[in-house]
Amino acid sequence: MANRPILETKKITKRFPGVLANKDVDMVLNEGEILAILGENGAGKTTLLNIIYGLYSQDEGEVFVYGEKTSINSPHDAINQGIGMVHQHFMLVPVFNVTENIILGSEISTAGVLNLKKARHRVAALSDSYGLEVNPEAIVEDLPVGVQQRVEILKALYREARILILDEPTAVLTPQEIEDLFRVMRELKSKGVSIIFISHKLKEVLEIADRIMVMRRGEVVGETRPNETSKAELANMMVGREVLLKVDKGPAHPTDAVFEIKDLVIHEDDHRNAVERVSLEVRGGEILGVAGVQGNGQTELAEAITGLRSITSGEIYIDGRKMPAANPRALTENGMAHIPEDRQKHGLVLPYPLTDNLILCSYYKRPFVKGLTRNDDAIEEYAKRLIESFDIRTPSPFIPASNLSGGNQQKLIVARELSRDVKVLIANQPTRGLDVGSIEYIHRTLVEMRDNGVGILLISAELDEIMSLSDRIAVMYEGEIVATLAAKDATREELGLLMAGSKKETVPAA
Amino acid sequence: MNFITYLRTKKLLLPLSLGLLGLVIVIVSYLNNPQSTQAVLGSTIRQSTPIILGALCGIMCERAGIVNIGIEGQMLLSAFIGFMVNVWTGNLFISVLAGMATGALLGLLLAFVSVTLKLDQIIGGTVINILALGLTGYFYTAGLTTSGKIQPITLGSLAQIPLIGPVLFRNPPITYTAIILVFVLQFVLFKTTWGLRTRAVGEHPRAADTLGINVFSTRYINTILGGAIAGLAGAFLTLEAVGSFERAMTNGRGFVALAVMIFGKWSPIGAWGASLLFGFANAMQTQFQFMGTFNIPHQFIGMLPYLLTIIVLAGFGGRARPPAAEGSPYEKE
Repeated sequence: MANRPILETKKITKRFPGVLANKDVDMVLNEGEILAILGENGAGKTTLLNIIYGLYSQDEGEVFVYGEKTSINSPHDAINQGIGMVHQHFMLVPVFNVTENIILGSEISTAGVLNLKKARHRVAALSDSYGLEVNPEAIVEDLPVGVQQRVEILKALYREARILILDEPTAVLTPQEIEDLFRVMRELKSKGVSIIFISHKLKEVLEIADRIMVMRRGEVVGETRPNETSKAELANMMVGREVLLKVDKGPAHPTDAVFEIKDLVIHEDDHRNAVERVSLEVRGGEILGVAGVQGNGQTELAEAITGLRSITSGEIYIDGRKMPAANPRALTENGMAHIPEDRQKHGLVLPYPLTDNLILCSYYKRPFVKGLTRNDDAIEEYAKRLIESFDIRTPSPFIPASNLSGGNQQKLIVARELSRDVKVLIANQPTRGLDVGSIEYIHRTLVEMRDNGVGILLISAELDEIMSLSDRIAVMYEGEIVATLAAKDATREELGLLMAGSKKETVPAA
Repeated sequence: MNFITYLRTKKLLLPLSLGLLGLVIVIVSYLNNPQSTQAVLGSTIRQSTPIILGALCGIMCERAGIVNIGIEGQMLLSAFIGFMVNVWTGNLFISVLAGMATGALLGLLLAFVSVTLKLDQIIGGTVINILALGLTGYFYTAGLTTSGKIQPITLGSLAQIPLIGPVLFRNPPITYTAIILVFVLQFVLFKTTWGLRTRAVGEHPRAADTLGINVFSTRYINTILGGAIAGLAGAFLTLEAVGSFERAMTNGRGFVALAVMIFGKWSPIGAWGASLLFGFANAMQTQFQFMGTFNIPHQFIGMLPYLLTIIVLAGFGGRARPPAAEGSPYEKE
């Protein structure tokens, strides 16, 4: 579709203190196309879009809408120009219903009194015509994330947006919800809406985009089309060097079991068991992957075995020693490391500096204590050493962890967890939301740990990750381990079937 | 059965059954002792008036995201200014307006402190309370006299209905205004554009901002108008209820108003129900003391309404959820 340009930026430059976020960015969005902007975290994608949406103002450069030079100083201006944006963190009022959220700020009213009935009809009509199924009267906080995203899209369409900006829309979605979003995006495209889609996931970009623009360190480094390129080429453009998309690992040399779970049951409030008699064994020097569609008990399992959730029955052993239930410190002291699913909520104390985050598991031990007080010199020295050896990009060890990018936050957790005497590592979604470079780093580290004899339990919703890293794969469905297979024998199709619960059998462990 | 399920889903079961129980008690006691019943109910309405006005002020502020614990101070200073203006001018209408203006001015102060200066709102409210206590204590002189207080207005034949007439339709104007305001605010908050925007600002100011709603002015206007309502509560105390000013005469009503607001789940009608409950406890307490029902020191009976507030809050307060953004200043990106 070679239509006329609907949105253009010319030589956009934006500086933040110490950073050049955008440098001479030229971007063209044609009418009725999906343009993907690809780049690592911190490449300046979001900055560019915030400028277009009027949240930031550029230092230099111009924005053109329908070929006309426009100055957009606030989201209000952007909305008036027909630009709608779905932010990465949704801008919805949780206690309002869908209709109220959609009409807020552009209400249908007579003399200040809301006409909610008419508004509901408008919303229902919109959701019908674009195939965005949603109940106009549902309270937003009760809705799944994927549906909340639909509400955000409807909000933009209600304001008659012809240009839709989606900022990392897939980061928060499950694979099924992503499929659904892509269906909606194609539908919107067919109705003439032009879409800018931001992502750092190569597969998605190749699947949905008409054109791909790649950014690195604030600059546009290339432009291409999905049928003219490959994952490897895109990754290289994005990172600026050769990236190993395949994990490079030799055969495993497993030793004895370092970690065992026996008959673990976790009861949930609503009369069902989140985890149903799960038994697993992780040997030293191997990676056991737990595959499964999200919400099949993986979160509960991970929380229980790391001591964050109390269990109904069952036992946990490290090196043959039975562990007390729900006691994270006992687990830590016996050699367990944990990379939690939600790194910001459970992995770090965001307002704390890097130094304090790095000693969260060992602050009470020498050399970090001196009598009753902290030994700040030792803590600083230790932090500097870890920042160096784990390549955490930070201007100082004393800035709050919240200032780091996602990839560097994850490195910070990895640095803390793996710089101890570790026998078993529980890694739950270790690369979620990370860019290619960071994923490569985390994967390499996990394989290195394995080769050093650590037993690793890897829980991930990304089937590719499970398949490329694991030595054995356990599939979880509705709280149960429905199968355990050797990774070299497992196929995508078979795993997919097992994850969907259509095939219940127990293949003997390899 | 279906009806009960419907009420439960609409969360009306508790208030409706409480109301029904109250109605039965009122009818039975009226048949036994018409005079006392009428006195207690009339007093319930009077006692609840400053409480509900204070609570409406709280609702307006908190729905927009501003915690106002300075209602007590707003009421006290307004009561004082209203009284003094009455002493000087002898015009009750101007005095009431002066009281409301005082409350609005203190609301402006709170908005300035919490929206513009982005200081802690609890400290802002506390400052207002201490300021009002100090100013009124310092400037108060005993023995001032006025030309009287606001008189009840009888609403024609409605006032002839037994029990209901004297209780509801023979009240002074601020009492009527309070009841009307309950319904007006309920409508404004939940049925109008302004109400929708106000609630959005109190729940998720950034979302409101990205849709072109001015968070700052919404918060200013609500806090100032709320202050004027608290001022009306103060004017009620000196100009309609008592007719004179005493030191610290608000006697914690501003804080009870906050409790009532929470018990009423930040909705005007809910808060009205709660303030009637408080007013009733207060009326009963007076009646018990008057009749000498219980042979215990009167201080203990005087505790009744406050005790009820604590019990009600402990029992039901936990389930209510305040506006999500209240108490935190909004900063643009």
